[in-house]
Amino acid sequence: MQIYLPIAEVSVNAFLLLGLGGIVGILSGMFGVGGGFLMTPLLFFIGIPPAVAVATEANQIVASSFSGVLAHLKRKTVDLKMGTVLLIGGLIGSGLGIIIFNYLKSLGQVELLVQLCYVVFLGMIGSLMFLESLRAIRRAGQSGGAPVPTRRKHNWVHNLPFKMKFRVSGLYISVIPPLLVGVLVGILAAIMGVGGGFIMVPAMIYLLGMPTKVVVGTSLFQIIFVTAFTTMLHATTNQTVDVVLAVLLLVGGVIGAQIGTRIGVKMKAEQLRILLAIMVLAVCGKLAFDLLVMPAELYSLGAGGHS
Amino acid sequence: MIRWLALLMLFALPAKAEEIVLGLSRDEVAITATFEGSDILVFGAIKREAPADADSQLGVIVTIAGPDQPVMVRRKDRRLGIWVNTDAVEVDAAPSFYAVASSGPMRDVLKDTEDLRHRITIPRIIRSVGAEIDNSLDFTNALIRIRAGQELYQVQEGAVSVDQETLFRTAITLPANLTEGDYEAHIFLTRDGVVVDDYVTTIPVQKVGLERWLYNLAHDNALIYGLMSLAIAIASGWLASAAFSLLRP
Repeated sequence: MQIYLPIAEVSVNAFLLLGLGGIVGILSGMFGVGGGFLMTPLLFFIGIPPAVAVATEANQIVASSFSGVLAHLKRKTVDLKMGTVLLIGGLIGSGLGIIIFNYLKSLGQVELLVQLCYVVFLGMIGSLMFLESLRAIRRAGQSGGAPVPTRRKHNWVHNLPFKMKFRVSGLYISVIPPLLVGVLVGILAAIMGVGGGFIMVPAMIYLLGMPTKVVVGTSLFQIIFVTAFTTMLHATTNQTVDVVLAVLLLVGGVIGAQIGTRIGVKMKAEQLRILLAIMVLAVCGKLAFDLLVMPAELYSLGAGGHS
Repeated sequence: MIRWLALLMLFALPAKAEEIVLGLSRDEVAITATFEGSDILVFGAIKREAPADADSQLGVIVTIAGPDQPVMVRRKDRRLGIWVNTDAVEVDAAPSFYAVASSGPMRDVLKDTEDLRHRITIPRIIRSVGAEIDNSLDFTNALIRIRAGQELYQVQEGAVSVDQETLFRTAITLPANLTEGDYEAHIFLTRDGVVVDDYVTTIPVQKVGLERWLYNLAHDNALIYGLMSLAIAIASGWLASAAFSLLRP
């Protein structure tokens, strides 16, 4: 069934959108990532104008993250205190990110920068996570299921001032690292047009030393607010949020997120991490491939007007 | 000189012995939520005082053009191993949609000089002035190629059927990815490739109903629209969660 999107001004198959939303929703619930880094390129691919895709995706992430976070709240796997600290950083970061984005836009080539950002960050995080999870799985196999040695070593992160107790995460650390993580994720989220979960989740695990079970819910909690902020910014400045597109994506997305959250609970933390790593690497590989291989059509059309 | 011109005028006037009388299957196009494109049937008759001139070749050309827009055409080139946008040419005005149908091969029904004057074929309707790149023709060709691939630019030679030199008809398909605006249907009557009469009418293409309402809200009350989008997102997120906890207690 074809449906005409009022803001995007294109006609697309409604079931295709529902399906895309569903698949990305499952991944979102499983890994605590918003799924924007998958969905935004997919939307470009089916012919949604990039500006509309980025803005609408932010709105859709609000829905799937909210649905996911409710499931996590019920199981008490959300560290609200840590989430709030990350959120404060995130809002500062996305404000900064939009300033950087507009500056680069005035220089041209912003599209290339976004792509390079994707390749570099996805590649780095994907391979780090992949290697680490592989090591963890091998270790668990060798010791015959003996408890995995705790990753929560004392490093420089634990010697900073302004310490705060995060009971749900079982941490007593300075607020500076979470704040910085929030800012960094906020900047990247604004530039790359995603929620930033795929950066935040590894940062929480490896940098802050939070337990994997809490990480997903907390990341979703933070993403809701950052993407809501982004949606409002796009809606009021560019009028590029397509609510019809968002509804179709999020109907699939919220259902998928519920299923995904339940799958995620049943899986081991290492397995979860290695799957996320593979997915991140796959997207990275595809984007790098597109940059390196000669495109079939060298020309592209954009809106004219005076830039 | 003026006398010569007047004589020419006198000579030219009787040439309009043939006139177009036009009908359209629809005089407006409404874009609804389930809009899948639309066929427009263009039909008409040629009214003439005297019997048709048997010696010259009759031609009918029908065009439908969407609103003109500036378009930025970018070209990728390899830099440091990766493909990046390097050159860009701004086309000042290109119609968002353009279809041209004719009663026979274009070179038979339309002379080049006439095409230049009336701007009928696709390369003639695209305006690009002040391009800084030498081979800006490559860019306009790319624009035509990409739009043709999306069925936004169509050329249908021989698609206009003419009955007994009097009645003509053709169908033009508007694709689903239309933009709003006043579309112009233009019919040219040619004799040996020279335009003897032409007729213009506009077909408004507009979003209606929910589509119209959402579009207006997004542009006129962006804040409310944004809040509404967020409210929908939160509500559906909560609904899905509630529904699933009911399903699996």
